[in-house]
Amino acid sequence: MTDTLKPENENQILDAIQWAVSEKTPLDVVAGGSKRDFGRPMQTAATLDMSAMSAIKTYEPEELFMTLEAGAPMKEINKALDDAGQHLSFEPPDFGPLLGTDGDRATIGGIVATNLAGPRRIKEGAARDHVLGFHAVSGRGEIFKSGGTVVKNVTGFDLSKLMAGSFGTLAVLSDVTLKTLPKPEKVRTLLVRWRVDGVYDHAAMKVMSMALGSAHDVSGAAHLPAHAAISSSVDYVNAVGGGVTALRLEGPAPSVEHRVEALRNELREFGNIEELHTSNSRTFWREVRDVRPFAGRDDLAFVWRLSVPPAEGAKVALSILETLKGEVIYDWGGGQVWLGLQAVTNAGAEVVRSVVAGVGGHATLIRASQDIRGEVPVFQPLSAAEGLIAEKIKEGFDPEGVLNPGRMYPGV
Amino acid sequence: MQMPKPDENVIARRSELAAALREIVPGEGVIDNDEELRAFDCDGLMAYKQLPLIVVLPETTQQVSEILKYCHANNIKIVPRGAGTGLSGGAMPLADAITLGLSKFKKILEVDYANRCVVTQPGVTNLGITQAVEHAGFYYAPDPSSQIACSIGGNVAENSGGVHCLKYGLTTNNVLGVEMVLMNGEIIRLGGKHLDAGGYDLLGVITGSEGLLGVITEVTVRILRKPEVARALLIGFPTMIDAGNCVADVIAAGIIPGGMELMDKPTIHATEDFVHAGYPLDVEGLMIVELDGPEAEVAYLVERVEEIARAANASTVRISESEEERMRFWSGRKNAFPAIGRISPDYICVDGTIPRKKLAEVLERMQGISEKHGLRVANVFHAGDGNLHPLVLFDANVPGELDAAEALCGDILRLCVEVGGVLSGEHGIGVEKRDLMGAMFTEDDLKQQQRVKCAFDPGHLLNPGKVYPELHRCAELGRMHVHHGKLPFPDIPRF
Repeated sequence: MTDTLKPENENQILDAIQWAVSEKTPLDVVAGGSKRDFGRPMQTAATLDMSAMSAIKTYEPEELFMTLEAGAPMKEINKALDDAGQHLSFEPPDFGPLLGTDGDRATIGGIVATNLAGPRRIKEGAARDHVLGFHAVSGRGEIFKSGGTVVKNVTGFDLSKLMAGSFGTLAVLSDVTLKTLPKPEKVRTLLVRWRVDGVYDHAAMKVMSMALGSAHDVSGAAHLPAHAAISSSVDYVNAVGGGVTALRLEGPAPSVEHRVEALRNELREFGNIEELHTSNSRTFWREVRDVRPFAGRDDLAFVWRLSVPPAEGAKVALSILETLKGEVIYDWGGGQVWLGLQAVTNAGAEVVRSVVAGVGGHATLIRASQDIRGEVPVFQPLSAAEGLIAEKIKEGFDPEGVLNPGRMYPGV
Repeated sequence: MQMPKPDENVIARRSELAAALREIVPGEGVIDNDEELRAFDCDGLMAYKQLPLIVVLPETTQQVSEILKYCHANNIKIVPRGAGTGLSGGAMPLADAITLGLSKFKKILEVDYANRCVVTQPGVTNLGITQAVEHAGFYYAPDPSSQIACSIGGNVAENSGGVHCLKYGLTTNNVLGVEMVLMNGEIIRLGGKHLDAGGYDLLGVITGSEGLLGVITEVTVRILRKPEVARALLIGFPTMIDAGNCVADVIAAGIIPGGMELMDKPTIHATEDFVHAGYPLDVEGLMIVELDGPEAEVAYLVERVEEIARAANASTVRISESEEERMRFWSGRKNAFPAIGRISPDYICVDGTIPRKKLAEVLERMQGISEKHGLRVANVFHAGDGNLHPLVLFDANVPGELDAAEALCGDILRLCVEVGGVLSGEHGIGVEKRDLMGAMFTEDDLKQQQRVKCAFDPGHLLNPGKVYPELHRCAELGRMHVHHGKLPFPDIPRF
């Protein structure tokens, strides 16, 4: 039974961290708990629960920003944005179901700490690209801030980038300011449908590369091989029987109509192109965003997320699947490869990482038992020089190692 | 401008150091005579000049590594330099430091259309990247106004912007990877053709670090397909307040234009006299709104922006009907700086960002600041993203005017921070705004930033005296102040 501290304001976070430092008691930083099993398992004596700091502090749609307490639930944030016709354009995913918990538990602090992004990553960037500034308490027990509320800002080192994706190992965010953008008026998805038999992953990479290199401003490019397409709740997708390559077009209505026609025309050699309208499109891309085809699949013990040069996606996945049993989903035009692997020694890390090393990129073990996550490096192993910098950065923010120690790397 | 006190012992060793550098970079890549050094005595911030101790122009990453290793071992300072177009003095030389120029890194190494990226050496110009891919219909999005001359390595160091930032992001949103050399000579690669980092986002921290963390020797950037079409609206307003409101209305309508620029009356007149762009002279504010994208989209949005502008009290609206006319609309704005140069012997370009809604208030208070210092101010403004470029006009030959101009700039930047903005939108801090950092950050904020510096360059050998007003030793920054004896958080709810 560990102590749980539930601060209600920044000064209480400060008290908690100063106490942790003086007592040398490491803290497990948590809010919604949707991604608790993402990262290396930790030994912590106390929990810092951020869920009481859940307010939307400021939202100024016309200034295109929103300041949120770190524990603000995504569900409420999305509701507020929706009411103003805006969104977080990097499409923060909900990994609850993928990681075996309920949906709708994610908070903005967790999204930023894990630097997640959905299918629109290719066009709009990830969480890192949307954090304009923050206030935080470092592991030194000091309040500090960086950035501001404006988009254009080059004042000092960009610590927002460092906070994004640091898994709470450097500082505890008290609030974070994010860029908000108008929601596109209309969404359409073009579906290239592949035959029921055969493997079309390589062909799909070509289709996505062509679409992303076109002038039609594609904001999502994913390929679901047959096994994944069948699991979609969208009938036009699951009824195909074979694999589906999906391309998303968004924007003002006349523009979307025009681009749909143009892109459809350019894709005519791939047969009869199906089209999803707004509601089906939203459902489909949410499924891709949250990696829903792998949610609840107990047979896929391990889920890897690979970030590779997009044109290499199929090559990487198929080469891994030659040796290991599993399934694949491609997002980001092939640049993000989701691999679901059946039970295998060490989650197949050696094979996965050596194949990724061949093309450049990184591999993160997203889903695995606690034991495996303790043994296999969850995050991409760093070069000696990079590892040293990471250690020194950790030392600069959290010298006593009281914040999520070891969640990313041993000693960090 | 107070710079760290030069080390006389290092200055005395100039010929010895030059000889050692010639062992690493043979031929004419090492410059140590005052005549030739003069070409490197400042960057785009020309008010401050200083001869470097030595300039070295390596040609390979290996040479850069050896230079840094040597300087690290001998405790010699380094000032990295790209094209030297920076406006905040980031590449300003130091009397006891070696200026390391990347101007010989001029090759584009790879164009990869399948992965939509370009791998290039850092000395290639910003525009050079676009020129390498435009025949295939692609371009590199960030477009600082110095894009003909500025280098991509410098863009990464400064996190450069441009007029299209609101829609396409700054350099940091368009860089995929770098190869860089650390101060100890170690060569590391961050990122690549893939997205995001496997561990801490070091690439994100490097971008905009103004040469304080390492020397960039290779850059991978993403390229985008050129929009089908771009059209511009030239919109005049009877007051700057109307213009400011129009900016807010466009964004409130859910439209993010490719560019949205605003000029005040002095700038309109100066540019019209200079380039004869056909600007209306009877307006107080003139806005250029550029919409780019698929043809159908642009046609639709042009109509909507026109409606919004008319509703916002615009007195004149013109829409470009040809590429030539669009370029003519831009010609005045793009020549705003030289145009101001014609009406004033000297000027300083300020670079702060404010929340858009504060525009009217800031303009009004800026008027007061201008009167207080007895100098004129002309305004150009990246209205879409709140980035102000007030141009402070003065004559350096009139005793006291430079000081007054600098004081005026400081007042404007403090005003930007006061209304919720920041000290620099795109030019960087360098030496120019270094001493104003305290207006925006607390001592703890600044110390936390400097601890990142300590992870890369604990000896403070890379570009010292830039960005941070006070150099703290890393040992001092690392010291922990433990709050013993305090009651453990009496008010925190516990379970």
